[in-house]
Amino acid sequence: MHYRGIFPRDLFTELERLQREFDSSPSIRGAAPGYPAMNVGTTPKSVEVYAFAPGMTPEEFDVQVENGVLTISGECKDIVPPEGATIHIGEHFSGRFRRVISLPDDIEPNSTMASYRDGVLHVCVARREAAQSRRISVQ
Amino acid sequence: MRKGNTMSEKFIKRENASEESAAMRPAVNVVEDATGITLYADLPGVPKEKLSIHVEGDNLILEGELEINSPPNMEAIHAEVDRSRYRRVFTLSRELDGDKVSAGFRHGVLELRIPKAEHAQPRRIVVQAT
Repeated sequence: MHYRGIFPRDLFTELERLQREFDSSPSIRGAAPGYPAMNVGTTPKSVEVYAFAPGMTPEEFDVQVENGVLTISGECKDIVPPEGATIHIGEHFSGRFRRVISLPDDIEPNSTMASYRDGVLHVCVARREAAQSRRISVQ
Repeated sequence: MRKGNTMSEKFIKRENASEESAAMRPAVNVVEDATGITLYADLPGVPKEKLSIHVEGDNLILEGELEINSPPNMEAIHAEVDRSRYRRVFTLSRELDGDKVSAGFRHGVLELRIPKAEHAQPRRIVVQAT
């Protein structure tokens, strides 16, 4: 499991991660950053997560939001070569994967949407209205 | 999916880098059987129309451009995929027939079949008893 704190509030997680990355001994779970590669962005109304996991079907993903944490897991099937074939290069990831990211405090877990297109899983987690900045008029 | 800016404007950092370093190297599997080679390349985020495969002399060139619609007001806060293109070049050996390459592309995985030329197809030599 790869745990990454990517929001500014997770300062300690972030420091810990940086520490880990500079550490010379590699993690037993393999080299950072793990599979699938992920991009994350925010808008005032949502958190947008993109996971680059080609060769899957939408049903093969397990996407969960629980206790402010988004977990994306699944299994990427191996490419099975025909009988008697030789594998020259085998870089394609296969097997089970799981990535976890912590979400900001203001998310609305019940309105999470996920779609899969061109090998990229897009998860959109809505943020609560209240957290969106509002201009306060001075009386 | 909502329409918005493409990936390249949001998550990309190194757009001005030299051509070679500005592209990501897609992970591939290459499998050879008696009649040819099958290449599988991971190109997540590339729509079919932004994929280009061409053979130039002995080189097989794979290129793809990422296109991911993100909301226009999105602020990128973490990017592991921070380049907008994939590119990888392979040298084809002489027995492969670059003119007969066939391709399929599904869910970001390209499957290329490069057959061996007629003269390179395996021939079973019968050992004569004398």
